[in-house]
Amino acid sequence: MPSAEVLSWLRTRFMPHIWCPGCGHGVIMHALIRSLVGLNKDKTKTVVASGIGCSSRMAGYINACTLHSTHGRSLAFATGIKMHKPELTVVDVMGDGDCSAIGGNHFIHACRRNIDITAIIMNNNIYGMTGGQASPTTPVGAWASTTPYGAVDPSFDLCKLAEGAGASYVARTTIANPKQAETFIMNGIKKKGFSVIEIITHCHTQFGRKNDRRLPMDNYNYFKEVSVPLTKAKTMTSEELVGKLVCGEFVDKNVPEYTDQYGKVIERARKKG
Amino acid sequence: MSKKFNVGVNSAWCKGCALCIGVCPRSVLEMSGRMKSTPAREGDCIGCRQCENICPDLAVTIKEVEENV
Ligand SMILES: Cc1ncc(C[n+]2csc(CCOP(=O)(O)OP(=O)(O)O)c2C)c(N)n1
Ligand code: SF4
Ligand code: SF4
Ligand code: SF4
Ligand SMILES: [Mg+2]
Repeated sequence: MPSAEVLSWLRTRFMPHIWCPGCGHGVIMHALIRSLVGLNKDKTKTVVASGIGCSSRMAGYINACTLHSTHGRSLAFATGIKMHKPELTVVDVMGDGDCSAIGGNHFIHACRRNIDITAIIMNNNIYGMTGGQASPTTPVGAWASTTPYGAVDPSFDLCKLAEGAGASYVARTTIANPKQAETFIMNGIKKKGFSVIEIITHCHTQFGRKNDRRLPMDNYNYFKEVSVPLTKAKTMTSEELVGKLVCGEFVDKNVPEYTDQYGKVIERARKKG
Repeated sequence: MSKKFNVGVNSAWCKGCALCIGVCPRSVLEMSGRMKSTPAREGDCIGCRQCENICPDLAVTIKEVEENV
């Protein structure tokens, strides 16, 4: 990848960024930028929206039309932008808490509407920014600052949630496979409809150190060890899949897209009036 | 002739997380005493770019060296 092109998508005046050394959010930002370069996107026609969280700081570092909105509500802002100018490429970057706790309602309804937005979920299993509290994706038994005896609540499978709610593209990978992250983000952006790319990442600062994965590299090795490609997962039993992370493209379908449908309503209404 | 690569680390951005060092299949990179990744064995680089793609700080750049034939 020609590095000068990648760097042109970065607000270099804010580098080095605020994330901890080795934070996976940077790996994901890098993959997103490579995807935008690979798709020859125009910075003046590309929107990156975010909410609040360590992950959401990403919007501030990308040299495009960016919006750092409120916690859990970025999809509402992104929906407004896309409705106003459907020709824009809209990417919404979210944390697991941002997406599935406070923002869970916005998330399921964006999936249901199938609006042409690409949602990237940076799932580090906790609220990184505020001190490592448990989120809806903290695995049962894991140690977070609010689960001193191990998490009790069953966690969400965000890909299954997105699929059930109606998203037209759903995929998962981890930061240990940055090339796959780049490919899935590209496929998600190309898809006309709501795309969800869940990228499993680590907050070694707040979560990893409590769960025997203190160093960034410990988390990388752990993700390599537990990742199973979807094709292989299909040949495995549910017992064999316990504790594994299934990676791959789960949904890739063509269904009517929201701004197209809405455009037709506008046309009909104008004819009538 | 096998290809040669230039391994560049922007030390102003590098935070010494060691991810690039850990993923390199040829042990090209090492941590300096000042906690910066340093290309210690550049000649062994095979240009796989795993270090470049994993760097969360966008501090690594791999360039193929143009041979003057
Ligand atoms: C309305 C509102 N509620 C709560 C907060 C406090 N808050 C800030 S970030 C955050 C959670 C961040 O977790 P996540 O979205 O997973 O991002 P991460 O920091 O892990 O990347 C919370 C609860 C807030 N900023 N606004
Ligand atoms: S606290 Fe966690 S999520 Fe936030 S920057 Fe540090 S490692 Fe990343
Ligand atoms: S991955 Fe990047 S930030 Fe981490 S040690 Fe290597 S060059 Fe430095
Ligand atoms: S390109 Fe590959 S071989 Fe070369 S330094 Fe990076 S990881 Fe090592
Ligand atoms: Mg989080």
